[in-house]
This record gives sequence, C-alpha cells and structure tokens, in this order.
Amino acid sequence: MENLIALLVAAPLLGAAVLLCGGRRLDKAGHWLGTLLAAASFVVGVVLFADMLGKGPEERAVHQRLFSWVPVEGFQADVAFQLDQLSMTFVLLITGVGTLIHVYSIGYMEHDERRRRFFGYLNLFLAAMLLLVIADNYLLLYFGWEGVGLASYLLIGFWQHKPSAATAAKKAFLVNRVGDIGLSVAIMLMFTTFGTFAFGPVLGSAGEASEGMLTAIGLMLLLAACGKSAQVPLQSWLGDAMEGPTPVSALIHAATMVTAGVYLITRSGAIFNAAPDAQLAVVVVGAVTLLFGAIVGCAKDDIKKALAGSTMSQIGYMILAAGLGPIGYAFAIMHLVTHGFFKAGLFLGAGSVMHGMNDEVDMRKYGGLRTYMPVTFVTFGLGYLAIIGFPGLSGFWSKDKIIEAAFAKGGTEGWILGAVTLLGAGITAYYMTRVMIMTFFGEKRWQPAPDPDTTAGVEPGVEAAPGEMPHPHESPKSMTVPMILLAFGSVFAGGLFSLNSAFVHWLEPVTDFQHGHPPVSAAVVTTATVVVLLIGVGIAYAQYGRRPVPVVAPRGSLLTRAARRDLLQDDFNHVVLVRGGEHLTRSLVYVDHSLVDGVVNGTAAAMGGLSGRMRKLQNGFARSYAVSMFGGAAVLIAATLLMRAV
Amino acid sequence: MSTTDFHSLWTAAAEPLGEIPTPEIEYVQLAPVLIVVGAAVLGVLVEAVVPRRARYHTQLFLSGVALACAFAAVVGLALSGHATTKAQISAMGAIAVDGPALFLQGTILLTSLVAVFTFAERRLDPAHHGHRVDSFAAEAAAVPGSDHEKAAVKAGFTTTEVFPLVLFAITGMLVFPAANDLLTLFIALEVFSLPLYLLCAVARRKRMMSQEAAVKYFLLGAFASAFLLFGIALLYGYAGSVSYARIADVVDGAVGTVDPALAATMSNDVLLLIGFAMVLMGLLFKVGAVPFHMWTPDVYQGAPTPVTGFMAAATKVAAFGAMLRLLYVVLPGLRWDWRPVMWGVAIVTMLAGAIVAITQTDIKRLLAYSSIAHAGFILAGVIAATPDGVSSTLFYLAAYSFVTVGAFAVVTLVRDAGGEATHLSKWAGLGRRSPLVAAVFAVFLLAFAGIPLTSGFSGKFAVFKAAAEGGAGVLVVVGVIASAIAAFFYIRVIVLMFFSEPHPEGPTVAVPSPLTTTAIGVGVAVTLVLGLAPQYFLDLAGQAGVFVR
Repeated sequence: MENLIALLVAAPLLGAAVLLCGGRRLDKAGHWLGTLLAAASFVVGVVLFADMLGKGPEERAVHQRLFSWVPVEGFQADVAFQLDQLSMTFVLLITGVGTLIHVYSIGYMEHDERRRRFFGYLNLFLAAMLLLVIADNYLLLYFGWEGVGLASYLLIGFWQHKPSAATAAKKAFLVNRVGDIGLSVAIMLMFTTFGTFAFGPVLGSAGEASEGMLTAIGLMLLLAACGKSAQVPLQSWLGDAMEGPTPVSALIHAATMVTAGVYLITRSGAIFNAAPDAQLAVVVVGAVTLLFGAIVGCAKDDIKKALAGSTMSQIGYMILAAGLGPIGYAFAIMHLVTHGFFKAGLFLGAGSVMHGMNDEVDMRKYGGLRTYMPVTFVTFGLGYLAIIGFPGLSGFWSKDKIIEAAFAKGGTEGWILGAVTLLGAGITAYYMTRVMIMTFFGEKRWQPAPDPDTTAGVEPGVEAAPGEMPHPHESPKSMTVPMILLAFGSVFAGGLFSLNSAFVHWLEPVTDFQHGHPPVSAAVVTTATVVVLLIGVGIAYAQYGRRPVPVVAPRGSLLTRAARRDLLQDDFNHVVLVRGGEHLTRSLVYVDHSLVDGVVNGTAAAMGGLSGRMRKLQNGFARSYAVSMFGGAAVLIAATLLMRAV
Repeated sequence: MSTTDFHSLWTAAAEPLGEIPTPEIEYVQLAPVLIVVGAAVLGVLVEAVVPRRARYHTQLFLSGVALACAFAAVVGLALSGHATTKAQISAMGAIAVDGPALFLQGTILLTSLVAVFTFAERRLDPAHHGHRVDSFAAEAAAVPGSDHEKAAVKAGFTTTEVFPLVLFAITGMLVFPAANDLLTLFIALEVFSLPLYLLCAVARRKRMMSQEAAVKYFLLGAFASAFLLFGIALLYGYAGSVSYARIADVVDGAVGTVDPALAATMSNDVLLLIGFAMVLMGLLFKVGAVPFHMWTPDVYQGAPTPVTGFMAAATKVAAFGAMLRLLYVVLPGLRWDWRPVMWGVAIVTMLAGAIVAITQTDIKRLLAYSSIAHAGFILAGVIAATPDGVSSTLFYLAAYSFVTVGAFAVVTLVRDAGGEATHLSKWAGLGRRSPLVAAVFAVFLLAFAGIPLTSGFSGKFAVFKAAAEGGAGVLVVVGVIASAIAAFFYIRVIVLMFFSEPHPEGPTVAVPSPLTTTAIGVGVAVTLVLGLAPQYFLDLAGQAGVFVR
C-alpha cells in the first residue's frame, strides 16, 4: 500500500508535464485532463486514508523510499516519503479542495485562451505542495517549498500582460526568497548539528542539541514560515497576490500554500518544544499578524483584499496556536483544515460575484446581490458564519479551542494572548459582516463596466462592453457545485472533528497533545467569544446595515487610512529596505570605485613600474648577462653552502 | 693534496691494465636515439650527394620518417614494459631506459615532429625569383646585405642543412633526460646545444639580429657549460665516479671503500655542495630560470620563429627531464640542501618572468618571458620531491610544449612587408580581420594563462597540487600570484586582438600550407584534449613517474 504514496505526486506532476509540454493540441481537453489527474490524486489519497484508518494509531505512519538523491559520503539525501496522520490531513485537504477548485476553474477560465497553461500550473502546484507535505526529510521538503513558490509566482502573474500582476508576482517571489533563506539556513544548521536532515533522526534527537542551536534553527524555520504564510514582517506580498485569478487565490493563497508555514512549525514541533525562546517568537508573530491582518481586512473595499487580510489574520491564529506547543498543535491544524473549507468557499464566492459583476472588485459598487445570485449568497453566507465562529459551524469549534489554548498558556502571557485572540475574533466578526452587508444587502450601487483602457487588463469572462451596466447572474454549475460542497465542509467539518475530540486523537501520535487548563472555565471562554462576536457583528451592522454605503470611500480616520495602505507595510519596506538597500549599494559602489579599484589599479601600476625598471636590466649586452649569471651562480653556491651550515 | 697522493695517482695509472671488457650495447633499447642520429648522418650525406632541387623534399621526408619511427620505437619500448617492470640501465650504465625517460623522449619526438613541419613551411613569404622560400637564409655563410647573399637569393638557394641540424639537436635532447652519468649528460648537452646555436643564426629576415642572438646564445651557453663541467669535476672528486647511482650511494653513505687516489677529497661535503650547485646552474640556464634567463628574450626574438618554437618547447622538456633525474636519482639524500635553494630560484623565476612580461611590446619577447614564468611553475612541481611531483612535471611539460610550438607557429603567420609582424601594436584588431587565427591564438594564450578547460589549467593544477602536498605551500601561493600577474598580459593580447580597431596598414595573415596548419591544429587539439579530459594522460605520466637507479 505504501507504494501508492508516490502516485500522489506523480499524477499531478504528469498532468503538469503533459499540459505544459503538450502544446496547442491539448487546448480542447487540457482542463479535463488536469482536473482528472487532480481527482486521481484525491482518490489515491482517500484509498491511503482508508488503509490508514484500518491500523492502530501508532502504526499509521508509512514510508516509501524512491531513490537516493544525493549519494555523497557523509551527505545522504533520499527521495523518500513519509505519510503519517499530519501528512494525511494535508493530502486530503490539498487534493480535495484542489480538485474542487480545478472543477470551478473549468467554468471560471472558460474564456481564457491560455486555460491549458493555467491547468498545467495548477497541477504543478498540486505536485509541489504534495511533495512538501509527504517528504520525509527537510531537503525534499525544501524542494517542494520552492516548487510551490514557483507555482505561486507563475499563477499570480498569470495575466502577465497586466503590469500590476507582473509586479505582484515579482513581489511575492522576492519576499518569499527572504523566507526561503531562513529555511535553507535552518537545514544547514540541522545538518551541522545532527549530521542529517531526515525527520526521524533530527526530530528524534532534537533534545540532545544545545538550546542555543535549537533556538537558532527554530527562528530560521519561523522566518521561513513567515515568508510562505505571509506573517509579519514578511506579510506584504499576500494582498498584492490577489492579482492572480480568483481560483488561485482560493487554492494557493487561502486554503493550502499559505498554510505551509503552519505545517513546517507543527512538523518541527520537537525542535520548538525544546526551544522556548523560539516558541515565544512564534506566538508573538502569530498574535501580531492576527491583529494586523484583521485591521487591514476592516479597511479594504476590494473584496479579495479584504479576504486576503482575513486569511493573514486566520493564519495568525494558526501560527499562534502552533507556538503554544502540544496544547495547540492539534487545534492549529484543525483550524487550518476548517479554514481551508470556508476560506476557499468565500474566495470562490467572491469569484462568482465578480464573474457576475463584470469583474468589479470594489464592494462599494456591489449591494443587494442576494436575490440575483442566490446560490452564491447562501454558500458565501455559510462561509461567513463559519469564519466568524458562529456557534455550531466549523470555525466556531476550531477557533474557540485556540482561544481556550491561548488562555491556557498561563500567567500574564496567557491573559495577553487570550485577550488578543478574543479581540481578533471580534474584529473578524466586524469585517466579515461588513463584507457580507456591502455585497449582498442594501441598495444596488452598481456602476458601468470599467473601460479597458483605464484598467490595464480585465479578467476573462467579461462580455459586457465598456460603459454597460452589469447584469448580475448566477454562475454556471461547474462553479456553484464546488461552492456548495465547500459550504458543507464549512458547516459540518468543525463539529465532526470535535465529536469525541476525534481530530485531536487522530493527530496525537504525531504532534503529541496536552490538555490546556485555562484559568477560567471553558464555558466562560466560549461565552466571552460569542459575546465579542455579537458585538463585532453589531457594530458592523450599525455602520453599514443601517446607513447607506457611500460609493466613494470617505476619507476616514488616520487608522483607516493607514489600514487601507496595509498599515503602511509597503511604505515601511520602501523607506527601510529599498532606500536602505539603495544607500548600501551606493556606498558599496563608492568603496568599490575608490578603495578596491584604487588598490587594484595601484597594484597594476606598481607592477607596471616594477616591470619597466626590471626590464632595464635586460640591456642587450652579453657581458652584462654573463655577469648576472656569474653572480647568480655565486649566490646559488653560497646559498647551498649556507643551508648546510644553518 | 700531498705529494704522496699525487704519487699514488701516477702509480695507479702505471699499473698494468687488465683486459678492457667489450661494451655491451642494448641496441633495441637505444633504438629511438639511434634512429634519429642515423637520420641526421644520412641528412648530412643528402646535402653532399643529392641535387639541390631535390634536397628539400628528401630532407623533409627523411626527418619526418625518422621522427615517426623513433616515436614508434618509444611506444614499442613502453608497451613492452621498459617503462615499468623492465626499466633498466643500458649502454654500460650511460643511459637509463625507464618511465620518465621514455615519456620525455616521446614528448620531445612528437613536438619535434610538429616543429619540423613549421621548419618546412614555404608558402608564407612570396616567392623570390620563382623560388619558394622558407624562414631560413639562402646561404647562412653569406655576409648579410652582401652581393654574395643577393646572388644566393637569386639562385634560389635554401638552407636545407637545418633538417640534419635539428635532428642532431633532437638526438642530444633524447639522451639528455636519459643520461645516467654526468659525462653523458655533458655530451648530450653539447650535442643539442651546438646545432641550436647554428639554427639561431640562419634567419632569412633580420639576419643581423639573428646572428647577434646566435652569438649571445653561444657565448652564454659556453659559459654555462663551463660551470656545468667544473661542477662535474667537483662531483667526481667527491664521489670518485660520474655515475649517478654511485654518487647517490656516496651521498647516502652506503659506500665503504674509498678510492685511494681520492682519499683526501672523497666524501667532502663542500665539494658535493659546490659541485651540485654548479651542475644545477648549468641546467637552470637551459630551462631559462632567473637569474640565468637573460639570454632567453634576446635569443627567442632573434632566432627564426620556427627555431624559437622548437627550442622553447623541446629544450625545456629535455632540460627539465635531466634536472628531474639529477635531483631524484642522485640527490634525494641531499633534499634538505637543494630544496630551499630551489625554492628561491622558483619564486624569483615565476615573479620576474611574469612581471617583466607586462611591459613587453614584441610578441616573441612576450612569449619568451612567459616561458621564463612557466619555467618557474614547472620548478614548483620539481621541488615537490614526491612521485606526484615527477608525474605532474611530466604532464606539464607535455602540455606546455605543444602549446608553445603552436603559438610560435601562429606568430609566423602574421606578416607585413618586413616579414613577421611581431610588434604587438600590429596585432590590434586581428580578431576582426582573421577571426580564426586570432581565436586559435587566444586558445593558446588562455592555455598559457592556465584558464580551465585548457591543458594549461590541468598542468598548473597538477604541479601546484603536488607542490602543496610536498610541503611547498608558500610556493603555490607565489605561483598563483604570478599566474594572476601573467594572466594580465595574456588577456591583454586577447583584448588587443578582439576589442581594438584594426590598423589600416596592419599586417596580413598568410595562408599557410598544410604543414603549419597541422602544427597549429595539433597544438589546439592537444590543448583542448588535455584540458577537457586530462585524466588518461595524468595516469600515463603517473605510471611513468618512477626513475630507475
């Protein structure tokens, strides 16, 4: 059975190879092939899952070794897979949601003449992401890590004719490089410390290394996670990544790839458990990002960017939970899975809305869409209820547990973290209610379709001529069916997972689990969460439900304006990093010109002068040459005798 | 020396002589040398009996066949195990037939064959009075510029004597690295030096310069030979023998019996050290090591370019071969004495060669200084005093000699009204007008500079590695610095050829006959093969790296 593991990666990889190399002949059938192979990977995942369920909890991890990748004395790297409960969870999420989004894309990308290529990239992403989660060593994980980075780059910039998309892709790539350096340094440190980078030996003997080294490795891994999962301070790329087609935003920048950082930290739990300082850093990063993303999400009028801020914030929750150690790992992953459902559903819903609204993304130009797009409204609404943590739905179960675990951290830290997570829940309720109201309720604020000359490019599916009013309509079946299925996940997954703590027990052999004990009872925490949630919804309703929404955004407070600019993250990066980098390079160039070139040219000049003087010895007279030889012979003899004397 | 010692010298000589044993000569093992010397003698006869018109072709054929046969004989000897298991001393202890000797002889023969092709080139200059001319004077004995010379030119005379002369020189070079006693060494030195002095003097163009070069070379060469000979005498005084093996035994203290005639001098280390230094000086002169290098630029510049190429390549191989044998067979027990001295010589040679080359403006002088710097690099391998040192030196010599012959062959092609255009300014923009020739020359220059994928890199890497492992790390550092300096002037020529505007009245590139084309082609091929796949040849040199004693 373990021989099937490689098939998980092989199927989408084959799809990518065929679709990207196949040429125009495959234009007609390419999307079906891509979807089929994604589905095949999902089926393999389900088969492996069934097999895994048949075994005892401790024997569930299976391995497959394909070949020796780098067979060097003292440096052994294998292409080998490890499928345990943690990997299995990801495999099902990636292939399941991935397949649904493939189906959705068939309809969404119908009018794009490069659809075959799009599916090729999607398959490439699936292969890389699966490789990332089933690798049994950090080096192979790194390979997958870079693979998803590449796929993300290609897909963000898929509409490369738009300068904004090309820039966004470049930005995502560059910011991710910073994180990737963290991962590569971490792997190097592991190799020097443990002599290997396979999960088994590294994590098994993590306790034997010095705490300083483990802290260093942990911080480097955290840097990697920050890059991939858009956590402060490497968060700036995620908002711009929304330039990619919406299915990409749903799959890569909401449900799967951006959660790779959570996977990395959870997988490396043994290292973080032994390095409390690194763990603290993880928690701080999670808490800061949680609020950061939520605040940004409140101010955005672009529906996808609002959702992107929300994604950032929700991943902040997961990172925070992962930083809590064994009391939080399982809940981090559980929130990751439920988030995968409802956030993918929300993005697909947003795509559906845009599809019906001439690709308008400004929520101020929506309004009253609930009657025009009933399916989208209902599925989006269920996703909305799930993400704000409405009792009984998926988000409630997973987020509530994280809040409890944050309080259970203990001491002042516990109170601070608990308060932050609670506040985050309130803000989440606020901004999601805002999105919901602005899109589906209130009066119509529709505007004529944008002029293609003023917007550099438009998404496909736009049939309206410039200047024509939009005619909102429900999306085709290929788009609504995935939304409906994801809505089911949004509603029921959390409850299902929490039944008898099923999910926690499932993951326990891998991530370990300790019951956290909050200073107040769990019921109090839950009640507080619900109260905060209602307050958030209430404020949003008061601001947007009871008053007309202006089409042109008001000036707003200082905080609002800052939040619209992503809390000045780009300004900060520009001033500190770009300007700083320019100054640094300029001074380096100056040093290079004056000092280095001076030394080089000076040496060259000195050599030339020496050469000119030495060649004068070569005066052309045989007698001088003979004298030189005689002198040389004398020195030679003297030196030989001297050597003996010494 | 007391009177009794003198007396014993006389009495020893006066004693009745025993029967002189018939020398046993292993003709088969000496075949390479015998073939070449036989062809040289035949060549002299050709000059005497064959009509003038047919001499050129006869001589070229004879030389080519002789060198090819001699090379075949070397290969045959090596294949039949004389390089390894059956290595032995032959000709009554005068000549060693072993791995290094055969490897060096093979290298000398192949480079000589290629060089002889460049000797025979007759298409570069326009024909005089309907006669094709080569690089050599119509009649060497004629006074330059005299009526006699003009008449000789008009009659279409050519100096076909260069072929037997070069064969004699090759004979000496073949014996030189195989010589197993000091007298054979000296005779071989003279056998190859004297023809070279003559060859330097017979340039067709710039004859005064050529003759000046020959006289300088002769005077200084004789001077150096005198040192060598005096050193041999001192070593005989020390060891009571000129045989390498015997001297080595005395150095090691393995000989108990003392020749009564030499009782006062034998085992006197001062004699040994001074004698050694003088013999070494003679060899350092031949390889062109600083401070015995001053003849090199003048002679390289003045000699006919084909002779320069031959001399630069083959002489260096022979002389380094002899030096290796001397240091590794005779004086390994003296390593602690010669290594520091040689260190100094190597460092000064590398740096001086590279630095002075920077300001040269004549391509032949530039290559001369380059050859001095390379002598320094090779010395680094010699000093390693390990088996790797021997094999890397052998490899370097083989690689270097083909590049050198090829480079000088290219120099013969670039011509203007006055013959070869050797001034560097005339080479400006050559790459625009004759991209192929310039590219080939660039390959040779890169090989000289030791850029990877050329034989120069493989060779330099091998000798530096051997030197570092032999404990001469400082030497390697200096060597790399000198290489960096040297890279400057090699690359400068490339820049000049490819990135400068061509001179409107610049030289033209003559279209050579297949002879020179072959020489250049072989040079390029060897450069690239040894650069891309050096391992086979490194192994070959490694197997050939053991001296018989």
